[in-house]
Amino acid sequence: MIYLAIVFLPIVGALIAGLFGRFIGARASEFITTGLLIIATVLSWVAFVRVGFDAETARVPVMRWITSGELDIAWSLRIDTLTAVMLVVVTTVSALVHVYSIGYMHEDPSRSRFFAYLSLFTFAMLMLVTSDNLLQMFFGWEGVGLASYLLIGFWYTKPEANAAAIKAFVVNRVGDFGFMLGMFGLFFVFNTLNFDPLFEATAQAAGKSFNFLGYEVDILTTLCLLLFMGAMGKSAQFLLHTWLPDAMEGPTPVSALIHAATMVTAGVFMVARLSPIFEYAPTALEVVTLVGTVTAFFAATVGLVQNDIKRVIAYSTCSQLGYMFAALGVGAYSVGIFHLFTHAFFKALLFLGAGSVIHAMHHEQDMRNMGGLAGKIPITWAMMLIGTLALTGVGIPHVAGFAGFHSKDAIIEATFAAHTPGNFVFWVLVFTAFLTAFYSWRLVFMTFHGKTRAAPDVFKHAHESPWVMLVPLFVLAFGAVVAGFVFAPYFIGESYAEFWGKALFTAPSNHILHDMHHVEEWVYWAPFLAMASGFALSWIFYVQAPWLPEATARTFRPIYLFLLNKWYFDELYNWLFVRSAKGLGRFLWKAGDGAVIDGTINGTADSVQWTTGRVVKLQSGYIYHYAFAMLIGVALILTYFLRSLVMTGGAGQ
Amino acid sequence: MSILVGYAPVLPEILLAVGAMALLMLGAFGPDNEKSGEQITWLALLLIVAAAALIVLQPPKTEQLFEGAFVVDRFSRFIKLLVLLGSAGALLLSVDYLKKKRLMKFEYAVLVLLSTVGMMMMVSANDLIALYLGLELQSMALYVLASMQRENLRSSEAGLKYFVLGALASGMLLYGASLIYGFTGSTSFPVIAGVAQAHDAAQNVGLIVGLVFLLVGLAFKVSAVPFHMWTPDVYEGAPTPVTAFFASAPKIAAMALLMRSLGVAFPGLEPQWLQIIWFVAIASMLLGSFAAIGQTNIKRLMAYSSIGHVGFALVGLAAGTHEGAQAVLIYLVIYIVMTLGTFACILSMRRGDEMIEEIDQLSGLAQTNLPMAFTLGMLMFSLAGIPPLAGFFAKLYVFSAAVQAGLFPLAVIGVLASVVGAYYYIRIVLIMFVKDPEEKFAPVSGKLGFVMAASLVFIFVFATPFVGGLIVDAAGAAAKSLRF
Repeated sequence: MIYLAIVFLPIVGALIAGLFGRFIGARASEFITTGLLIIATVLSWVAFVRVGFDAETARVPVMRWITSGELDIAWSLRIDTLTAVMLVVVTTVSALVHVYSIGYMHEDPSRSRFFAYLSLFTFAMLMLVTSDNLLQMFFGWEGVGLASYLLIGFWYTKPEANAAAIKAFVVNRVGDFGFMLGMFGLFFVFNTLNFDPLFEATAQAAGKSFNFLGYEVDILTTLCLLLFMGAMGKSAQFLLHTWLPDAMEGPTPVSALIHAATMVTAGVFMVARLSPIFEYAPTALEVVTLVGTVTAFFAATVGLVQNDIKRVIAYSTCSQLGYMFAALGVGAYSVGIFHLFTHAFFKALLFLGAGSVIHAMHHEQDMRNMGGLAGKIPITWAMMLIGTLALTGVGIPHVAGFAGFHSKDAIIEATFAAHTPGNFVFWVLVFTAFLTAFYSWRLVFMTFHGKTRAAPDVFKHAHESPWVMLVPLFVLAFGAVVAGFVFAPYFIGESYAEFWGKALFTAPSNHILHDMHHVEEWVYWAPFLAMASGFALSWIFYVQAPWLPEATARTFRPIYLFLLNKWYFDELYNWLFVRSAKGLGRFLWKAGDGAVIDGTINGTADSVQWTTGRVVKLQSGYIYHYAFAMLIGVALILTYFLRSLVMTGGAGQ
Repeated sequence: MSILVGYAPVLPEILLAVGAMALLMLGAFGPDNEKSGEQITWLALLLIVAAAALIVLQPPKTEQLFEGAFVVDRFSRFIKLLVLLGSAGALLLSVDYLKKKRLMKFEYAVLVLLSTVGMMMMVSANDLIALYLGLELQSMALYVLASMQRENLRSSEAGLKYFVLGALASGMLLYGASLIYGFTGSTSFPVIAGVAQAHDAAQNVGLIVGLVFLLVGLAFKVSAVPFHMWTPDVYEGAPTPVTAFFASAPKIAAMALLMRSLGVAFPGLEPQWLQIIWFVAIASMLLGSFAAIGQTNIKRLMAYSSIGHVGFALVGLAAGTHEGAQAVLIYLVIYIVMTLGTFACILSMRRGDEMIEEIDQLSGLAQTNLPMAFTLGMLMFSLAGIPPLAGFFAKLYVFSAAVQAGLFPLAVIGVLASVVGAYYYIRIVLIMFVKDPEEKFAPVSGKLGFVMAASLVFIFVFATPFVGGLIVDAAGAAAKSLRF
């Protein structure tokens, strides 16, 4: 019952605000959706304690959904530790974002719609994480996609927002195509989409092959890669990442909720949920690791030079998602999920903090026009500082630290323990930690420190945000500080087995969680060193010697431009896909649609007109024409019959 | 007395025939003015209602009279009620029009009554002689009605064309009847059926030629292609209420005659006549759909529309099954209601004393007279066969009967034809609702409004199980009494 309430309270709020928002007013919509979300959050924590610490698991049937032939899909909630973790993350961040939005959006005329979308998103996300079969997951998957589209394009009068919304939708479609193929493939091979029978069946199928597009391929590897394609789209991984930075066109609370804490982690969740399948597809896992590592590095390098405060955080999100996938790829599912958990807190904190800065600066987002704000908005500054400390993973090995320290460093250790060729993954991730520290502190220094570069009147009117916006920051900051060391023992430490129960699956040969706690001492210090040197370099660049960045950029101009233009991915895709798609579209439009379809349709219409003309012409008005037509008709019918009589030889009688 | 009791099943026909004579006397010897003409029209309506009541009160059994030449069964009662509905509707629609056109003469009502008697005889005819008698009684009255408006050239032309071509068709029918008589030795349907069922009947050239000519004569009456040519000209030229009458009752009666003569007299030659019906049905559907597109006159459009609808109804007959016959009857019910409603709208297209027939003049009707535009729009949707209106079910039943009988090509062609047909029906809706308004029409009179409202309600409530189920069941029972 409690689980049903958690999942369905948000949709109730969404429906009320969405359908009746006009009648009950914006204020009532805000209170209803936010109130219901807070209730759901409290229930989620209750559920989390029950499931995580009392080891309760449950299947809550909701209704039968589809029964068609062998396809038997029931709508039911799968409650285990993985679900409970996600429930907590989703409802908590969502509730805080709801509260924050009351302040942030207070000038917007269509707040009812905004809150309805937020709640709708939350419902879809909860549907996704509680799903008990792939189809239900896909429903939630598409639901969050829809809500994301609606929210990115919330200010639909802005052309950039519309373009970004469409981009997010289209890029996600590419991934979804893979997801669907994977889903179809699983049903094709195993005749079920329900998780429990599916996991049983896939365990038997390891190493078997089937025919796909004319090639004999390994079943599980192929299907896992297809499913992972969906995860790449949703989690903005390398090659399918381009939509995430643009999604920052949406209102900042949306970025915090959807594009940092929850939706983008759906891909991570999916791989973790399907760990019983991925475990038997080592090649697919290698791809997951590789893609995650490359994404982490790539996004961090781009983040170094971005000037839009939200875009920096967006690339940081992208990069951190790469970390999570790298952890999943080496088999450390719980570590990946742990980073998802802590990341939700500090990344939402950073986004909402950035929102507070933007709010203070009257919708200025360019950090080149900021600086020196620490004195003006001290609370926001402090919160951003906590978020940055958590993100960069500040902490002392073997003692304690901020949330990111416990989870991110664990990932780095796990990748070391996995012994990839040349410890390639490990080294890249350590270097990425250095980059992370650099761009994170760069953001703080450029925004809050030094002499202000803002317009004088804007700077003069910069003001601290109202309490309704600050309180969510406090809660998240609390999480960013303590979530690491409080939960580390359960997620990845000694209480691992009791906490997770059967929610995550590791093959008997997978000892990564054991190994990662027994790496050489220097491995623990490597990320610490990277983090510290990143901070130091940033400090030199942006506080000590503010002329240095420009000089560096001038000296290494090609590299600088390469990074500033995000490795030219947008241009490349524009050239490769958008232009060719437009070309194809033009071709289909002119040749396909114009000539063939319109031609057929207009041709049909023309021939109808022509026929009509002929027929009407027959209607001459002369009575002898009419009589003649009748006689022709008689003659035709008689001829037909007499002929068939002759053919059967009966005419003689 | 017992002789009179024996004639009880023909009582409705006797009532109408005697009543028509009485009204004729009343008109001839009464005052020759508009008022008496109108009174006689109302009396004629009363007679029709009375005849309908008598039919409803008849015991539900099959009876044969006049040496088996006249049969009263469920089928004939079903059709006769429809015919009477059509006649009553046409009379109701005519009153205002005739007064406006100074045509309010008592002959009009009397001719409608006589024609109705003829149709009722057609429906009950179980013998070639009775068939011809009924057909001619009906036709003669219609010829005169078409040329009622003597000083109007087009009306006279319409009457003349109808008469000449009708005579040709009658001649063919008689020729066919004589061949059939010659080769079977009888005019009675059951006897003909006995001969036609013999194993070598399919090789009997004379009988088949006779059947073809008989069918041609009947196809002319239902205006099926290629014997339809008179229809557009007559529909356009005849006074509009007469057109409404042409489009409703006689079509029903001729269709019934076709069904009975084929079903009762020629079950043995079913493979042969099915092919003719097949051909005629396809030709009618296609021509009705295509030719209507080019029309600018709404009466001409309705002529082609009726040709198309006959084609659709014949699809059911082409199935040659019980379901098919039932579907035809359902189609006729829905068709007659839609036709009367549409003509009520057409008769409301009037500015002062001038009747409007151009489709363009409906432009923007939604802004000047929304109720009328809505009614006509819904009727057009129904004629096009858009669910959930009655016209959709009409087509659904005939097509599903065709599919059940394995006639997939016929059903496919029918659906395609109805797509083409939808174009010109929906174009009228478009003109009424999207284009800029023309000058207002005169207000709709009460009688026309009543017919419109009744038909509008019908096309909506047909989808409800009660109304639809009632009609479907009755049609099923009627089809059963006809061998099908």
